[in-house]
Amino acid sequence: MRRFAELFAALDGTTRTGEKVAALAAFFRTAPEPDRVWTIALLSGRRPRRAITATRLREWAAERAGIPLWLFEDAYPVVGDLAETISLVLPPPTQDTQRSLSGWMAELARLGTLEEPARKAAVLDAWDRLAGAERFLFNKLITGGFRMGVSQALMTRALAQATGRDEAELAHRLMGDWDPASTGFAALVLTQDPAADRARPYPFFLAHALDDGPDALGPPADWMAEWKWDGIRAQLIRRGADWHLWSRGAELITERFPDLRPAAMALPPGTVLDGELLAWEGDAPLPFAALQRRIGRRSVPRKLLAEAPAALLAYDLLEWAGADLRARPLSERRQLMEDALASGDRIRPSPALRFDDWAGLAARRQAARTVGAEGLMLKRRAGLYRAGRKRGDWWKWKLDPYSVDAVMIYAQSGHGRRANLFTDFTFAVWEGEALVPFTKAYSGLTDAEFREISAWVRKHTLERFGPVRRVVPELVFEVAFEGIQPSSRHKAGLALRFPRMLRWRRDKPAAEADRIETLRALLSRG
Amino acid sequence: MRADVLSLTPQGLRCEAGGFHIDPWRPVARAVITHGHADHARPGHGAYLCTPEAAPVLRHRLGDVRIETLEYGLATGIGATRVSLHPAGHVPGSAQVRVESQGAVWVVSGDYKLQDDGLTAPFEPVRCDTFVSECTFGLPVFTWPAQQAVMAEIRAWVEAAAAEGRTPVIAAYSLGKAQRLIAGLADLAPIRTHGAIEATTAVMRAQGLPLPPTEPVTDPKAQRGRLVLAPPAALGSGWLRRFGPVATASASGWMRLRGIRRRRGVERGFVISDHADWPGLNAAIAATGAGTVFVTHGYTGVFRRWLEAQGYDAHILATEFADDDAEEEHDG
Ligand SMILES: [Zn+2]
Ligand SMILES: [Zn+2]
Repeated sequence: MRRFAELFAALDGTTRTGEKVAALAAFFRTAPEPDRVWTIALLSGRRPRRAITATRLREWAAERAGIPLWLFEDAYPVVGDLAETISLVLPPPTQDTQRSLSGWMAELARLGTLEEPARKAAVLDAWDRLAGAERFLFNKLITGGFRMGVSQALMTRALAQATGRDEAELAHRLMGDWDPASTGFAALVLTQDPAADRARPYPFFLAHALDDGPDALGPPADWMAEWKWDGIRAQLIRRGADWHLWSRGAELITERFPDLRPAAMALPPGTVLDGELLAWEGDAPLPFAALQRRIGRRSVPRKLLAEAPAALLAYDLLEWAGADLRARPLSERRQLMEDALASGDRIRPSPALRFDDWAGLAARRQAARTVGAEGLMLKRRAGLYRAGRKRGDWWKWKLDPYSVDAVMIYAQSGHGRRANLFTDFTFAVWEGEALVPFTKAYSGLTDAEFREISAWVRKHTLERFGPVRRVVPELVFEVAFEGIQPSSRHKAGLALRFPRMLRWRRDKPAAEADRIETLRALLSRG
Repeated sequence: MRADVLSLTPQGLRCEAGGFHIDPWRPVARAVITHGHADHARPGHGAYLCTPEAAPVLRHRLGDVRIETLEYGLATGIGATRVSLHPAGHVPGSAQVRVESQGAVWVVSGDYKLQDDGLTAPFEPVRCDTFVSECTFGLPVFTWPAQQAVMAEIRAWVEAAAAEGRTPVIAAYSLGKAQRLIAGLADLAPIRTHGAIEATTAVMRAQGLPLPPTEPVTDPKAQRGRLVLAPPAALGSGWLRRFGPVATASASGWMRLRGIRRRRGVERGFVISDHADWPGLNAAIAATGAGTVFVTHGYTGVFRRWLEAQGYDAHILATEFADDDAEEEHDG
């Protein structure tokens, strides 16, 4: 684990991309092979499940440190991270260990199979063998909260440097459903495996946001436009005698969409589609909430299949007749796709929007919500299908978000970089004479603003509940969100999608914040 | 606070029987000063009393003020009280203040640490009935590594930065922390210094502290790779940009927390503090034999509750520098 902890320290100590890649590449060249595989897994989101509840870990750590639980709980918000708090309060180790990262990952898997007393003994033993960063990383892994501040793309670049392999090819190989515990470095990175290849998706091409409108993009005729749907971006693989559905998070979700199976199997083998999964009824998508009910579960009951039938609106054709089309221009891929798919089917092309000039397209964008979309996608007709988020050929041109002016009523300190600052706020709007909480939000302001608000919170606290403070209802913020749905679980009777703070309305007194009626009116529209 | 030896007034902590204040934050006639940090030694008092070792820095910072000195361990009568000063181990010249009045003994810790930094007279526990203790780091997550180990970490980091062609710059408070590094890293002399640090260091060298030679930064780009010490504020300024490629670090107890290090925007944190850590606070309080403890300066709410659970009669003293969430206002 020491070698891995050194890698972590090197990555944690710099913000320079070049240095991060160099540190990772060095690790991929010299670390034991199983540790390389585990590092690839961890940095591509293949985190192990939480092996032990956070509650147990807190209790055990406080007990081992000889402090009451309340003292541990009071220290936690100051540190801002559970794994770190535990590693700091524990006494120094009295034993040593030479166990490597992969050894600890095996130990973690074993922990999950133990009865609680044995599990506790094993965790205490680990704590007594690991010091400093190693203990912190162990805690991160055991709580399922491991993150390293390195994107998958950066990790792939480092791996390419270390192995001399092509970056895009590596990105492709690392996708899919492989198990780091049973996969060798050579099999994963260096040698070809046809069986695994058959289910493997391509890396997704991701769009950049178009902030200033399309005028700078050149002649409209060079571009195609389509709706930006608010569903789950997915890739459908039809190869051999089978089909697979991958989410953008590289999660295999085939079993959750049995209603797409007939249409998928009707495609000729050697077909790969990029598209958006939606709950779809007649000519329009159902709200995202309907789809969400299907994602949370491994198998979907019949009733839900009827209530929220799925459709894949295909954006692109990546493979056809077994040939990789990604290096062909979009216009060609699109033509092939429209020929291959029927428009009324469960798997259908996402319609291309006709437009003559940018002004006309801007007008259509304004109507996006009426068709259940969140804006437009603009794609260069001559563009290739590239890997990752690349600038130039694909743009998302989203609608301006909904927004309301709301009053901050609770504040809670943030985590990580923003520990000790108040960054998590609960917002309310007026209902008659009362303020009704309707959402939380924790991003969208600058560090300087958070500092100023934190100082204000300290002076205007009315009540404390652990890390949460009830504050004088005085500050007003513009809270933006992407969607709104009815919800019986929330006091205000509604739930927002992607809420965040747009700006601090210093100019507005609390009395002029919005009323609940404003939100209810949006509810009926959207 | 009860009507006792010391009480809290708008000016600060006051001894009624002696007619003086300790580290007052508003102007008073007579102030007993524990040490020269800005939140303890403020301008505008009629007369100052401190140790002879603290006096030069006070004079340097406050200008031409009336200063009397009192050697560690010697008692003097002030009004109806006996007052003496005792090593606090915080920075050179720093003192705890012992006040005896009508048979009751109170001790005000000022800022203190238990680690011997090799430059400051080490902390001496003083028996008392009532102890007024700082608790800047009064949480069990704060424990300090041995100073030698930290100095070794710094040397390795300086060497690595130099090998990459970067100039290593450490943020350190100009009174105390900076001199501790200069003395502890004597093998790296002459360390290059920011003007604020050089001035304080010169004052302390002149009073006879064993400080190796330093070199004020005149041409930032010269001598790339040599260690530079600067006050924390200089790290966020244009001053730093004139050095070309740098590696930045901070030397402070707060560096124990990853979140704080990241928020301060330094690449490396060295855990080295002039305040007592959690075990240090507990050991120091136990060693006084005091039954009553007033806590100030730091995580007072949590620490008071902890002391109460340990059987102390514990209270919070709401000094003007106390804020349980603040961490950057005060030297670490
Ligand atoms: Zn101080
Ligand atoms: Zn202080």
